[in-house]
Amino acid sequence: MEIQQFKYDNKIVKYFIIATVIFGLVGMLVGLLIAMQLYMPELNLGLQYTSFGRLRPLHTNAVIFAFVGNAMFAGVYYSMQRLLKTRMFNDSLSWIHFWGWQLIIVAAVITLPLGLTTSKEYAELEWPIDIAITLIWVVFGINMIGTILKRRERHMYVAIWFYIATFVTVAVLHVVNSFEIPVTMFKSYSWYAGVQDALVQWWYGHNAVAFFLTTPFLGLMYYFLPKAANRPVYSYKLSIIHFWSLIFIYIWAGPHHLLYTSLPNWAQSLGVVFSIMLIAPSWGGMLNGLMTLRGAWDRVREDPVLKFMVVAVTAYGMATLEGPLLSIKSVNAIAHFTDWIVAHVHVGALGWNGFLIFGMLYWLIPRMWGTKLYSKKLANTHFWLGTLGIVVYALPLYVAGVTQSLMWKDFNAEGFLEYPNFLETVTQIIPMYMMRSIGGLLYLIGAFIMTYNLIKTAKQGAFMANESAEAPALEKKQIVGGHWHSKWERKPVFFTVLVLIAILIGGIVEMVPTFLIKSNVPTIASVQPYTPLELHGRDIYIREGCVGCHSQMVRPFRSETERYGGEYSKAGEFVYDHPFLWGSKRTGPDLHRIGGKYSHAWHYQHMLDPTITSPGSIMPPYPWLFLQSIDMNKTAGKISALRRVGVPYEQGYENTANDDLQKQAREITDGLSVDGISTSPDAEIVAIIAYLQRLGTDIKVDPTANK
Amino acid sequence: MFKHYFEQVHNVAIWPIISLSIFFLFFVGLIIYVMKIKRDHVHYMQDLPLADDNGQELSIHDELKNL
Ligand code: HEC
Repeated sequence: MEIQQFKYDNKIVKYFIIATVIFGLVGMLVGLLIAMQLYMPELNLGLQYTSFGRLRPLHTNAVIFAFVGNAMFAGVYYSMQRLLKTRMFNDSLSWIHFWGWQLIIVAAVITLPLGLTTSKEYAELEWPIDIAITLIWVVFGINMIGTILKRRERHMYVAIWFYIATFVTVAVLHVVNSFEIPVTMFKSYSWYAGVQDALVQWWYGHNAVAFFLTTPFLGLMYYFLPKAANRPVYSYKLSIIHFWSLIFIYIWAGPHHLLYTSLPNWAQSLGVVFSIMLIAPSWGGMLNGLMTLRGAWDRVREDPVLKFMVVAVTAYGMATLEGPLLSIKSVNAIAHFTDWIVAHVHVGALGWNGFLIFGMLYWLIPRMWGTKLYSKKLANTHFWLGTLGIVVYALPLYVAGVTQSLMWKDFNAEGFLEYPNFLETVTQIIPMYMMRSIGGLLYLIGAFIMTYNLIKTAKQGAFMANESAEAPALEKKQIVGGHWHSKWERKPVFFTVLVLIAILIGGIVEMVPTFLIKSNVPTIASVQPYTPLELHGRDIYIREGCVGCHSQMVRPFRSETERYGGEYSKAGEFVYDHPFLWGSKRTGPDLHRIGGKYSHAWHYQHMLDPTITSPGSIMPPYPWLFLQSIDMNKTAGKISALRRVGVPYEQGYENTANDDLQKQAREITDGLSVDGISTSPDAEIVAIIAYLQRLGTDIKVDPTANK
Repeated sequence: MFKHYFEQVHNVAIWPIISLSIFFLFFVGLIIYVMKIKRDHVHYMQDLPLADDNGQELSIHDELKNL
């Protein structure tokens, strides 16, 4: 057998690690800022670029795609080369991948504060960036599959299966969810509307959690945990079952984000059933991870790397038990739209992703720099600060979520809502918001300590950009036999196709019937497309990220129909909503039935300074809406784009739309002047008032149309 | 409301049943095959990440047996 010499590429891993640390700190810092904005609205700084609605997507994108994403790539590039006993397929592709990904992140850092957003959660980036993501993702995929094809190890280890599933599924999710029609260079409308948009978005959103935050990290767990413990994975058979059932089941669970919404019932139930089944593979994976440490628990007490990993895997187990629990309808009825969900995702993000990343970094850097960790003590301090941080972050939010939800639902003896004023339920939980930001701060301090420790470690060692290795060449001869999975492990392309099939089945069964609706549902007769002015207003609502604090989905509970104007939300009301704006968190009240609830003047003052109308409000003020004007040159483009995705504006309407717009704007300014407020008809505030006053009124106008 | 319209699409109820059946068959098949895997192969796969980074094979299993 010929022994071949080759070199592992450590430099690319180093760069991804640097990006991980930098963007991790940035993402957490932004998170801390918006957490504090919730009890100190002044921290919005009076600037549109730093207001809560715009920074929240920056925080989620930075943490998911920049921090976790770069860490994933670092881990994948390190482990894949070693598991397959080869250098990466192509160095140029590696570097295109690296710099392309960082450019995308920079684009996000610029565009999101500017308010350039699609508003779809974790898919906020506008269409040119979506295209860039697709291209770079394909580069990553080619580089990965190429590496697998030129491997010197015949069998693909578990970690590699998870990487393959990550690549394939994220590609499918991203492409399907990003179907949008461009209006301008940085504005597009979702191809889908209302219920369908919601279904596609949460099929995406849920599986982004599954295939960006979970599967790649399970791959990393299956590599780095045995490495760090110097023990083989507990059960290889379990890992096969874990892998296939996880990727097969996960893809179905998206609708659990839409329980009690206007999504068809059978789709909701399907989401619930598959979510509950998810406990099995998730816990199988967790146990497989923890049991790998059998006989090595004494080392866990000594070794910070293992400590971080044990907490990470435990947090994975907790989050994946809680997730299915949250998708049980009765639990969901309480938890949805509250801070419980925020706590849940942070157990996953801070515990599972964050701690696995920290463990991995503490293990990798000493190795790649050929030295020992600079300070074990500091690493232990980081560990305790981080753990305490997670607890202090999550516990108050659980309390906040449940407290607020119960207050929303509380009826007094006379049968009226006990807390009809939504704000009361907010001020009640402000102390919890304060505590959680302390938890976040502790976690962030830990991350800074790690950064210092890692830099010191690197300084005392010598970096090996290319690490020499040798392995026998892979013989080309045909191997027959072996059991079924062992054959697949030798056939990466075939394996990839199987993964694709497994994830497509779930997607198709969910989507196809829901898309059939389009031709089968007679829309509610009184539901009309938005007027041009309302469209401008809606786009401002999207730009400002109001959806980050306000839902537009009155669920069919008495406590909600009572609070929000009598009618729960019907699917037919959203048929012209490109994109849907149902939201996922109620920091403020639901707005679906806000139309007609207040006067124009109320909204005018509330947007200028929410505390005028609502003393103690934590909603940020929006003074710039009073200074900026809408761009009427864009009206025609908006109308035409929406017509292309199916909104029935008459042919040629785009040419006269601005007349209607000006007429409606003048009606609003006339109304305002009655209350002694004079404002220019083209001010943005006029458009947003038009939009808010329209919301949910289609049904109120003609109750008979709603059968 | 929505459900009412949707029921006009034929046999909606069949979709969840189909999907659960697909999963069930898939899962049973998976279990059967996994049970058939040979012990040697299991050990081989488990040792993959532990192989020394410059290519030396190393088995931890003999060591573990003594635990
Ligand atoms: C930080 C979270 C937050 C953001 C972002 C936010 N709001 Fe609010 N909003 C609230 C809270 C809290 C209330 C309840 C207190 C009050 O009336 O101000 C509220 C109340 C409202 C109300 C009154 C609802 C009612 O039924 O009384 C309207 C209308 C409103 N917001 C519109 C908007 C619009 C439009 C935007 C985006 C430009 C926006 N909000 C952004 C938190 C937020």
